[in-house]
Parts: sequence; structure tokens; C-alpha cells
Amino acid sequence: MESPELVTIKKIVQENPVMRTFYLDTKKETRPGQFYMIWLPGIDEKPFSATGSDPLAFTARKIGPFTSKLFELKEGDRIGIRGPYGKGYSLKNNSVIIGGGCGTASIALLAEKTKATVIIGAKAKDELLFEERLAKSAKKLIITTDDGSKGKKGFVTDALKEIIEKEKVEQIYACGPEIMMTKCLAIANEKKIPIELGLERYMKCGIGICGSCALGTKRICKDGPVFTGEELKDTEFGKMKLDKSGAETAMGGNCEPKRI
Amino acid sequence: MLFGRDRSMLAIRQEKERADINILKKNDPLTIIYRRLQKKALMALNTKLLGLELKNPLILSSGILGTTPGMLKLAEKGGAGAVTTKSIGVEKRDGHPNPIITEVDKGFINAVGLSNPGMEKGVEEIQRAKKTLKIPLIASIFAFSLSDFEKVARKISEAGPDLIEVNISCPNVEAEHGKPFATDPKAAGDVAKAVKKNSSVPFAIKLSPNVSDIKEIAKAVEGHADAITAINTVGPGMKIDIDARKAILANKSGGLSGPAIRPVAVKCVNDIRSVTKKPIIGTGGVTTGRDAIEMIMAGADAVGIGTGVFYRGPEVFAKAEKEMSDWLEKEKTTLEEIKGCVK
Repeated sequence: MESPELVTIKKIVQENPVMRTFYLDTKKETRPGQFYMIWLPGIDEKPFSATGSDPLAFTARKIGPFTSKLFELKEGDRIGIRGPYGKGYSLKNNSVIIGGGCGTASIALLAEKTKATVIIGAKAKDELLFEERLAKSAKKLIITTDDGSKGKKGFVTDALKEIIEKEKVEQIYACGPEIMMTKCLAIANEKKIPIELGLERYMKCGIGICGSCALGTKRICKDGPVFTGEELKDTEFGKMKLDKSGAETAMGGNCEPKRI
Repeated sequence: MLFGRDRSMLAIRQEKERADINILKKNDPLTIIYRRLQKKALMALNTKLLGLELKNPLILSSGILGTTPGMLKLAEKGGAGAVTTKSIGVEKRDGHPNPIITEVDKGFINAVGLSNPGMEKGVEEIQRAKKTLKIPLIASIFAFSLSDFEKVARKISEAGPDLIEVNISCPNVEAEHGKPFATDPKAAGDVAKAVKKNSSVPFAIKLSPNVSDIKEIAKAVEGHADAITAINTVGPGMKIDIDARKAILANKSGGLSGPAIRPVAVKCVNDIRSVTKKPIIGTGGVTTGRDAIEMIMAGADAVGIGTGVFYRGPEVFAKAEKEMSDWLEKEKTTLEEIKGCVK
């Protein structure tokens, strides 16, 4: 396990009204889907998917005390990083890649490394992430919003079903709210298409020993965060997560992001 | 002398010959006998601990994995002889903010801060774990007062774990709750008495190495407790990130674990063995089969593995088990013979 390495924030980009990307003054070989523990010295440390490897970057949504502190930081400030951790996505072609809300952060590098049809969705236009960036690399980019403020009105899953009807899809990748991933998994199972999902849980050590991010007999930090549909069979995926104390809590909806 | 290409050709040929021999050996009567002996050697690791049958003396220590039935199952799959839950208290606790752990030379310092879901949920999880596990389950409990120790011991023993481990030695909540019970013979003895009265299952008391004379503490608890676990983490210690000019752990300090503390653990177990005949679970820095044998020679009946899960994965138990049986076979001896052989 590495000690946190202190690095300088080189550039901060406001992606949409609720999300920012932090570009760091370092580069690290990172597989799409891997994550880093981001340390604000004396405050806390949380996992974030890499959204860039050269320079290393991560994207955050302002949602709680940690991200509120993070969003106070300016270019030139320093933060601690350790990683990369976890398994990444496989890199298969003829795939559909789905990003829901800030889950799009997890699939951004993947979408750039493969030639794929990409679907990104959000509640509303203001919460769409990486629209321009993904339009450059995707074979085709489809946008959905729950309220119809941009792209097709509806869910990413509607778009996924449509594509499967029209094209030969050999692999599905998805990251987003767990309810969205549960539905993607159901579609993949029904159509017998392999799927990989990027999961999130409350995390402490990040190195597979504390048991905080347990999901059945798997650890999100070490055995994940990317899992195949097969690996998620007989786990509490979609139903239950552990809170900070380790208590099981029902899988709820998303927290409301804070406007900035 | 062989050089360059000739030398590598020779290496390849030797490797191929070895592989051929292995294929030949597969169904050879001698191989079958050898395999049987190997199995017998593994049998020799069967351990009795307070009436419990362990397939090997290697126990998942409290605080590593241990948060859910699934994580305990992961350690079982990895070959553990028994597993210990993360410590459970009366009330739910979130624990300290991150980082809760950081690596140091030959070990880790950690301060998780006794995060747990509280004893009501703890009971449910123990009952579920009991259903899925094929190996004995040890429930770790903690409290900050005698009356809470009584409460949590009563409640958790109702869940029917095979053994309770009483954690009186967490070094990471001093700021909130003062010195652990394990640092005072009278306080430690009082906890042991209180648990004895309230627990319907046998229990071990987990001691701290951070005392001037661990024998005094062991003597104070051994009359009431069924067993002793030693040791909890050492220190606590502190690590500063000089670039950030801040302590890395959010709690600033944390207990030291890993290979660095093994000599301390071995000495503590040896000291405790000199004052009691009660079973000892020797814990602290054990990563390999040789480490476990060392702990048993010092006087332990069973051996805890915690941080070793980081170094060798959850399979650390199966790996250490194999190393133990290989060593016993090589030395033509048994666990019984070597137990406490170093006085």
C-alpha cells in the first residue's frame, strides 16, 4: 500500500453546474474503471474514478462535506492521492457503454479507448457529463434526460433496448445509479449479452482488508469496482449497501447535488 | 562453463525433464502414498479450542474483513480454521473519518474507531453468519463501561456464537474514552468477571501489549475468562506526511500491526503462558506458517492472522496451513509436541 502522494491541482474544469474535473500535476498508468483514493489532509479520504491518466484527473459532484471542501480548492492547491486501485473494465469492441449521471466519470476513459456506441443520461440537461468529450470518440453518442431537457426524454435503458434491436451488441458496460445498473443487468441477461458494471460503496481502506465495501463475498475495492453480471449473482447488488458503521441499509435513491 | 544461449537451452531442457517426471508421478503408487501422508499431515493441524474443533489453528483476527457474513465466508474460503467478527458494541458507531489505515515499514498503523452497526444488528448478522459458515465463529465485543460490557455480552451470547472475544484493548478511542481496560489489572479483571456473569458462551479476553507487565493483567483475568487472546495492536503510533505537514490518519495516531509487531506478540504470549494454563490465541504479525509455528512454540494454542490478509490475500490461511504441515512433516513432529516448547 502506498502512502498518499501529495500532488498539485493543475487545472479545474467546471463540467456542468454540479460537477468539476480536477486535473493533477502527475500522470499514472491507469486502466479505465480503476479508482484513486483522494485525500484532503486532516479532513477525509474518498474514492474517485480516474477520468484522465495523463494528466491524472478525476471528476466530482458536490454532494456532501468532503466534496464541499474539495470544491473550495483552487488551482495550485495540493491534495493526496493513492492508487490506482481495483480492476478496470475489459476493453471489448462492438459494445454499448452507458453512463448515468456522475457514473459517466467511470466510463469516460473506457469510451475513449474503445470504439463504441455511448449512451449518457441524467435527470436533466444540467447534470449531463462529458457530452462534448464523448462525442469526439464515440461511434455514436446518444443522450437521454428524465425530463427531456436534452436529447431523448426517458432513460438510458430505453436507448439501450433500441440499440440492441437494431445492432449487433457484443458487450455492455454501465456505470450510474444502482437502480439504473440493475435494469441494465436485467436487459443484458434477457438478451444474453455480457455486461460489466462499475459499482460504488462506502469505502475505507481501499486495499481489501477492512470489509467496509463488502458485497457478498466480494470487496468493491479489490475484487471490483468493475464486476461482470455473472459475478454479481447471489450478492446484495441492487438491494443493499453498508453504511459508514457497517450496518446494512436498503439501496435508496440518489442524494440531491448541491448547486455551485 | 556454459554461456548465453547454451546455458538457457540447458535450463529449458531441465525444466522439461522435471515436468515429465511430474506427469509420470501422477498415478505412481509412491505418489499416492505421498499424497495420503500429506493429507495426514494436514489432519495433524486439527486443533481443539475450548471444545471447538478447528481444522487448523489459524483464526481470522478481529477487525480484518469480519464486517459481514459474506466477508467471514471469504476468510473461510481462504482456509481459516475459525473467524472473528469486527468488534460489536451496544450502540452503532461510524468510526473515524478516513484515512483509517496507512502502511509503515513492515506493518500498518490503523485507527478505524470501532465502527459497528450496534448489537441489535450485530445479533442478526451473527445468526446469519452461523448459518452460512462451516467453521467456528468468534464474536468480538467491546464497551466503554462495565454495565455496557454486561449488556453486550448478554445480547451477543444470545446470538449463539461459538466463542466471544472481549476486546478491552482498542488503542484508538483514547481521546473519547480514556485508557483501555486492558491497561489496569483491576479494571481488566472486573470486565472478565462481568462478562462471565452475563455470557452463556465461553469467552476470551483480548489483551493489550501496551502495558508494563502483561503477566499481571493475564493473572487478573485468567480466573474468570475461558481463554486469552494476545495481542491487540501496539503503540499507538503516528505517521506524518511531511509535504502536507499533517498526520496521515484522521485520528492522528493508530495501533501498529503487521510483521513489525510479531516479536512483541511472541514475547507477550510467552509471558502469559508462564502464568496461566488457559488456552491462548496468539495474534500479532503472523503471515506465514513459520510465524504461526513460532507463536505456538511461545505457548499459543491457536493463532490469529489479520494484517497477513493484506500481504497474501484471503488465501493467507490456506498458504500458512500448507507451510505449517510441511514444516511439521519435515521435522517429524506434531503441534502438540511443539506447543509451548520455548519456556
